Formats: sequence, C-alpha cells, structure tokens
Amino acid sequence: MSVLVNKDSKIIVQGFTGTEGTFHATQMIEYGTNVVGGVTPNKGGTTHLDKPVFNTVADAVKKTGANVSIIFVPPAFAADAIMEAAEAGIALVVCITEGIPVQDMVKVKNYLQGKNTRLIGPNCPGVITAEEAKVGIMPGFIFKKGRIGIVSKSGTLTYEAADQAVKAGLGVSTAIGIGGDPIIGTPTVEAVKLLMADPETDGIIMIGEIGGSMEADAARWIKDNATKPVVGFIAGQTAPPGRRMGHAGAIIGGADDTAAAKMKIMSECGIHVVASPADIGKTMAEVLKK
Amino acid sequence: MNLHEYQAKELLKKYNVPVQEGIAVDTVMAAEEAYRQIKTQTNNNFAVVKAQIHAGGRGKGKIIETGVNGVKVGKSVDDISSFAKGILGGTLVTVQTGAAGKKVNKILVAQDVYYDGPNKQKEFYLSILLDRSKGENVIMYSTEGGMDIEEVAHNTPEKIFKEWVHPSGGLQGFQARKIAFNLGLSGEAFKNCVKFVTNLYKAYVGLDCSMLEINPLFKTSDEKIIAVDCKMNLDENALMRHPDLAALRDITEEDPTEVEAGRFNLNFVKLDGNVGCMVNGAGLAMATMDMIKLSGGEPANFLDVGGTANAQTVEAGFRIIMKDPNVKAILINIFGGIVRCDRVAAGVIEAYNKLGNINIPIIVRLQGTNAAEAKKLIDESGLKVQSAILLSEAADLVKKAVA
Repeated sequence: MSVLVNKDSKIIVQGFTGTEGTFHATQMIEYGTNVVGGVTPNKGGTTHLDKPVFNTVADAVKKTGANVSIIFVPPAFAADAIMEAAEAGIALVVCITEGIPVQDMVKVKNYLQGKNTRLIGPNCPGVITAEEAKVGIMPGFIFKKGRIGIVSKSGTLTYEAADQAVKAGLGVSTAIGIGGDPIIGTPTVEAVKLLMADPETDGIIMIGEIGGSMEADAARWIKDNATKPVVGFIAGQTAPPGRRMGHAGAIIGGADDTAAAKMKIMSECGIHVVASPADIGKTMAEVLKK
Repeated sequence: MNLHEYQAKELLKKYNVPVQEGIAVDTVMAAEEAYRQIKTQTNNNFAVVKAQIHAGGRGKGKIIETGVNGVKVGKSVDDISSFAKGILGGTLVTVQTGAAGKKVNKILVAQDVYYDGPNKQKEFYLSILLDRSKGENVIMYSTEGGMDIEEVAHNTPEKIFKEWVHPSGGLQGFQARKIAFNLGLSGEAFKNCVKFVTNLYKAYVGLDCSMLEINPLFKTSDEKIIAVDCKMNLDENALMRHPDLAALRDITEEDPTEVEAGRFNLNFVKLDGNVGCMVNGAGLAMATMDMIKLSGGEPANFLDVGGTANAQTVEAGFRIIMKDPNVKAILINIFGGIVRCDRVAAGVIEAYNKLGNINIPIIVRLQGTNAAEAKKLIDESGLKVQSAILLSEAADLVKKAVA
C-alpha cells in the first residue's frame, strides 16, 4: 500500500516535449517512475525519451492504460489540460503549472465535480512515494523510504521537512505537495485523510502557510479522527498583512488566517505545532518515541 | 495588481456600469478646465476633487504638506483650483497608507452626485470576490454603505448579505433581483440596480478581477444607481490575456526596490527588520523569516530567488538587500533540488568578490544536491562568509550575528 502513486502507477506527461516536461520527465524516469508516455498535440505518433507521444490524453489512456497524469503545460492552457485529463478518465492529475488565472480554476473545480478524478495542485511540487514513484519536480534523492507522510503547500519547505525526517532516522512514505494557489484540487484535510488511512505511514507532517482556512479545517478533522501523531508548521508568522508573499494564496486577509490564529487552532486540536522550521524532524522523532 | 479609481471607472463604463463621471488630471490648470466642462455637462456648480492613490480612507486623510483632505467638494473654479494646488504633488496620509503616506500625482475632478431631487438618496455597499473555501465568486452587499465594511461585518453582521455565483451558470436574473430587493429598492431604482449588478459581474469576470468593490454604491435623488468609488484589483496571473490592462500598472505606487527586483525575476517585499534574507521558494522564504525572528532578529525583507539561483540573481539580491541601511546581517538559505548547491556557492563567491566592500556578516546555508561540496567551496574561499548545512545551524549563526 501507499498513497496516490506507487511503482505500479502508469504515468503520462502532458506537455511532454516542452523544455520543462522533457527535463522533469527525464528525472522522473531516472528515479524509477513508470512513465508510459506523453501528450503533445500535433506530435502524436512520434517518440520522445523512448516513450510514445500522443495527440490527446484519451489516445494515451487507450493505448497505455495510463491512470496518472502530470501537467507541465503553460498557464494559459493548463486549465484545459486538466479538464482533458479528467474527461479521459485519468484518476489522478498532478498539475505543476504556476500562474493559472483564478477564474480558470473556478471553472476547473466545478468541472471536476462528480468526476472520478483527483487533482493535486496546481502550483505544486507534485507527489512522491519514496523509492517507488516520483510524480513531480522534487529532488528525488532527499526522499528516503520511511514511515512519515508529508502534506505541504510549499515546494522547498516540503524538501526541508523530508530532509529533516530522513536525518532524524524516520524517512518518508509519501509526500504530497498540494500547492499554494487560492483554488487547489486537494485541500490539506483530504491529503491528511489519505495519509491517516495509509498503513505504511506512522506520523504526519503538515506544513501550511498564511491565508485561507485549510489548515484549520484539517485541524478540526484531526481532532476527532487522528490515529497517528501530526506535527504542524505554519510559514509566515512574520508576514505583513495584505501583502502577496510569492504564492497567490499567501495573503493575510481576515483575523483567522494569520499564522498565529492557525497555530492556535492546530495546537488546540492536538497537533504538535513547532514555531521554528528547524524543529520539524526533531519534534516528529520525539513525538513518535512517546 | 491594483488600479486607480479613475482607471477602474473607465473600465466599468465599457461594461455599461454607471459611474460618477469625472476627468483625471495632473495639473492645476487642467483641473480648472475639467471643472468648467463638468459644470456645463451637469448644470451644477458643485464638483469633487479626489486624490488618486492606491489606498482607501482618502476623505479623512490629509496631505502632510498642506493639511488639505484627500477628497474635497467645491462650488467654484477658485475652490477647485485651490484644492488641486493643495493636493497635487503632496503626500497623502490615510489610515491605510502608513505614516509615510503616498505621493499624489493625479486627481480626479468628478461630478457631484449628491444633488437634491424628488427622492431620498441612499448609500449602499457591494463587492465581488472569490470565496476560496467554495471555489466560487461571491457578491457581498449591505444596506450600510459609505463606511468601513469590516466594522459593519463586526458590529451588525445581519446587515451583510452574500450571493454565490455558480461557476458555469453565471449570475442569474433572480439573483440580481434578490440583491436589489434586499437593498430595499423599488420602481426605477430597482430596475437600475438589477442592470448595475448584472453588468458589474460581467466586468468582474471579463477583466479577470480578483476583487471589485463599490463603496458607496449610490442611489441618487432621481433613482439612478451609480458607483461613486471603485476599488479594483486584477489577477496578475491573468494579465497575459489582457495586455491593455497590464499597461495600466502604475509603478510609482510601488516600492522602487520591489520594481527593480521584479526586473531580475526576484520576488521581493520590503520589511522593517535588520536581517536580510535570500531564499529559494516562497514557503521556505517565509519560514526563514520566521526563523530569523525566533533567533532574536527581525526580517528585513522577503526575497524568493525562484528556481534559478545563479551568480546574476544572487548578485542582484545582494545589491537590493544592501540598499537598506538597517540590515545588519544577511542569511542566504537555498535548498538545492534541481539547483545544484555548489553552483549557488560559486555564484555567492563571485557576487561577493564583485561587490567587494561587504562589511556585514553573510550566513550561507546550502542544503540538498552537492551541499557538502558547496560548504567546502565557501569555507575555502577565504571570504568572511559563514556556512551552514542544517537549518538549526543557520539559526544559531543568525543568533550570534544579531547578539
């Protein structure tokens, strides 16, 4: 068992032949990920990185039996790419693209309702099940096999958490980068639920940011349903209100989406909240010993 | 991206949303001429002068140099002329600008809409924005207009209404009618309000706004519904499909250092602390700021160098951070994934040598791909740079630097 992706996942790359798609698909294949092909309109019938290229996602699914797609399509066309993947019956769509207009994502979110497709992202580092499948842009070598699940809005902070978990002797089961945009496919709480149900995960690291209410929602669910310890960190304790800090979603609006408010709710719900990002791995190791 | 009131109103007019009409000018003479035109058109001696800055609270705010308020009503060329003199080129301080205030480069000379007539005038509030938790746009409105909406939400939450718009169906007629009814309108004003809301929503979607606020939304004494003020925020991710809107950006409203950083594709936000930082990734950058604070310092900035930290970006980052005389130390925190740490280290050394006279402590924490090689490069460079691999080590070095 594992969460979302494993060594048997059949993965296609949308935007396969572009610069980003080529670079990251190469890295994914080197990691041992089962990439079965890719999609670039008007390049169907050719091969790229020794894998078949298809004109449409539907073609790729028919010929390869793909059940996971990773998207490296430019922002103007990314919403369309997500909907095409969903229409073709892809079960898991991971959208890496950063900078998709918010109104496009309003449409996508609505389009996905009632379909059997889970979207991770957009604007995320992707999903990795350590030493099985890397469906994302994270540096694979950091993620050594272990029993800690990671849920995070941020890319490099995910790597930081994974690195600390590995250095603490714990290792990583699956890391899910959910993305930093205002509208994303899989909110924190759903990613936490997946890891909570995973028999290969003993503890969960949950990393959030200022903005929105996703961490508070997850915390309330954890309070009533947790079967394993959760260590939490919220980035942006020192962020000034009303300013966009890199991620479009990271704007402090009301009083409840500040780092302090989120950390308080998380602590009250039994999450082991760390103030410093340097203490994530250490704290998880201590909590698991108890 | 924020727009000025006068720019937002011009855009609304293209969507047939009635606004308080006005002429934006940047000289006193042009203001006088604008007043004459407006007076002829409206057959009304009264007109309003409104300072154009990217902040609210202008009416109560004051120009530091002259003491004139940011919004003034006058009834003669002399009035308008003296207001224009008092406002243009001055620094307007409002509750939203901070003590430093904002320089006023333009004023809007606008028609007076509070004229007498057969019926009672009334101010409302209406805004459209994204409800993140639902993933839908929501129209928020209230009978309490012209005042601070946060206060209304806090004191009398029952006076705030919300109408969610279905992503595929769009705003329906019954929803626009419901809004007009809830605002207590009838007759001509009701019809005008339904049209106003319908067209305003079209503008919100068509212009890819991330926020559109009309406060006050105004019913005139002759039953017209118009936008007296407008705060419009555009989705920067969508500007690629609106080159005309991208051209409306007013960089004089932005921090010049942030504008310069943007030219190097650096994401920079100026803060008030004493420890500068340069980080790859927005989340890690915010976390690094938090760590600086926990180590006894205060972050001087947010700086995300993105996925390509090379000698050029590191050098630009150094230059930008060191413009701030309050900076007592700089922490570089790079988690190398795709980016190789030894390359970043070489970039740091190159930038350091090029800049020459850096006389504050530089702490470099490089972790990830080739981290050990990177630390060796830094340690052997002979520069006054302190290196770390673990985040906790970097925190300790910051602690020492600010002690």
